[in-house]
Amino acid sequence: MEKKTTTVNLTEEEFVHPGNRACSGCGLSIVYRMGLKALGKNTILVVPPSCLTVLQGLYPVASSKLPVVNVTFASTGAAATGVRGAMKALKKTDVNVVAWAGDGGTSDIGIQALSGACERGEDIIYICYDNEAYMNTGVQRSGTTPQGVLTTTTPIKGKLQKKKDVPSIIAAHGIGYVATASAAFPLDFYDKVKKATTLPGPKYIHVHTPCPPGWSFESRYTIKIGKLAVQTGLFDLYEIENGQFRLTGASEKLIGQKRKPVTDYFATQGRFKSLDKELVAGVQEQIDAKWANY
Amino acid sequence: MHIIDSGNVAAATGVKLSRAQVIAAYPITPQTPLTEKLSEFVESEELDAQYIPVESEHSAMGVCIAASTAGTRAFTATSANGLLYMNEQLHWAVGARLPIVMCVANRGIGAPWTVWNDQQDSIAQRDVGWIQIYANDHQQIIDSVIKAFRLAQAVSIPVMVCYDGYLLSHTYMPFEPPEQEKVDNFLPPFATKHFLDPENPGNFNPVTLPDIRPGVDGKIMPGYIEIRHNLQMDLLAALDVYEEIDTDYKKEFGRGGHPFVEEYKCDDADFVAVCIGSLSYHLRDVIDSMREKNVKIGVMGVQIYRPFPNEAITRALSGRKHVIVFEKALSYGNQGALYADIKSALYSCEKRPTIQNFILGLGGREIKTGQLLEVLTEACNSPGTAEDTPRWIGLKL
Repeated sequence: MEKKTTTVNLTEEEFVHPGNRACSGCGLSIVYRMGLKALGKNTILVVPPSCLTVLQGLYPVASSKLPVVNVTFASTGAAATGVRGAMKALKKTDVNVVAWAGDGGTSDIGIQALSGACERGEDIIYICYDNEAYMNTGVQRSGTTPQGVLTTTTPIKGKLQKKKDVPSIIAAHGIGYVATASAAFPLDFYDKVKKATTLPGPKYIHVHTPCPPGWSFESRYTIKIGKLAVQTGLFDLYEIENGQFRLTGASEKLIGQKRKPVTDYFATQGRFKSLDKELVAGVQEQIDAKWANY
Repeated sequence: MHIIDSGNVAAATGVKLSRAQVIAAYPITPQTPLTEKLSEFVESEELDAQYIPVESEHSAMGVCIAASTAGTRAFTATSANGLLYMNEQLHWAVGARLPIVMCVANRGIGAPWTVWNDQQDSIAQRDVGWIQIYANDHQQIIDSVIKAFRLAQAVSIPVMVCYDGYLLSHTYMPFEPPEQEKVDNFLPPFATKHFLDPENPGNFNPVTLPDIRPGVDGKIMPGYIEIRHNLQMDLLAALDVYEEIDTDYKKEFGRGGHPFVEEYKCDDADFVAVCIGSLSYHLRDVIDSMREKNVKIGVMGVQIYRPFPNEAITRALSGRKHVIVFEKALSYGNQGALYADIKSALYSCEKRPTIQNFILGLGGREIKTGQLLEVLTEACNSPGTAEDTPRWIGLKL
């Protein structure tokens, strides 16, 4: 197994300028900084409308030191394809082409273009940061919003449907690398991005990013809540490499261990306040059944 | 040397000669044979390009937008609903000032479904900011594609080359492909000032405020409205640029000389029929037979529709008795779009002709020469009776 990155040997080089427009406690700002470190200088980013568009700043200033092309909401996968196509035409072989989109831009409006890029086997890295709703437009439900969550478009009863399992959908394309990660475990994310830069074809990384205003918690709890999502078994860290599934990092360590109850996680955020006992019990059952298979 | 083939093959040959580097393709009738031909050129290594078979037209333009931003010559083609599905992307491509070239094999729009020709698809996209060139035959298709790549690059504005579906896209006609060496001379390799480059990073198409704003170096940068104003100014200036390009093309290849409008027997004409696309050649037969009866009539084909060649139109039509505008599209709820544009162009001229509008051929309804002769004869006999409401030709209610 590859050597894991630690805070001791993590590169000090930064590709995000100090100061940006992200909210305080933003999970995305953690993974963006770590992800860009892992990608390095020779990278081109493709970004659809999302919190990242805001984080990157207003014309004519920019918060990152990498070239970025902002594209339409639905076209991220196609745009990354176009950048890779151009790199091939220009015989530039050493550039990372990286699409970086939110969960709405990935699981809903952007899934067609992402699916097309995966089917064609485009040599791109696609990073979806999942804050589980349309946070940039003010917390509306998305395909990856969990069941029961209050959003501005599910304001009273909470979202009636389950969270869309995007990594599984992408894995079903048979691409070589699918991974999940969490802003609460940035070094694990760093290593997964780093690995993605070494593999051919499409790479998909789905990273869970707690959002203080959208999830309704104090900004100092971002890491704690991100960790709880993993420790309760609600959000699992794993890799699917050439079809082989394995839990990684904090999730791997949970095998055979007692997980924290999901209520611990639900209790930390205002967005779960209309969950009833039945739903919580149902979720706990689903999580237990899922983990029984690991 | 002339070859005989379809309009789609003429377009594909123009793209090959222009050395497009990234081609995004999604099939739609009647455009499909064009991108099929390009796939053949790429697989047989006659053309060194990346051929990307995308999952939708929205993605086709997405690929072109990114490939162009990354510094390569990008091409795609479409028709009808495919073009409409790209609408958001068309705006994005021009806002980002990308020199993309796209062919549109004109087709009617659903619902209800039709695959046959009219021009509602591209006319409906007239306000997105793309340059629109219309070809009347296969030779104009191939020549326009090559000129379009040079124009797009010169003004940093994307260009649509439109031609009638089936009537041109699938009909076999002779045309002469220019020699590669001469095209290379006419159209230099692709180069843009700003492109995606890790050595020189920049944030392309970020959020822009309404007002002007200083950058980190203190230099004042435009707000959104200034950016759009610059586009409008550059579009208007693109007419002169296109005229120069057309002059150069004529010098090199011997064809062209009418970049804005193409006139036929208009020199002494009291009456002028105006239209866009292959219909202007169809009308030449009608004009010939009317000329035999000493009716002073000519036909004018509009070659570039956006930016609208106001001056050329005014010059060509001022002082005529009567202008008859034929259109295969409408600005629904009003009149033919071309008709309204021509009226607007003529508003400032002193010797304003009367003007009349006919809608015809929608969804591929056959346009019969006899019908054209009939309405033109009537229009020339009583030009003073022109109405502002468009009349429909061949309607069976």
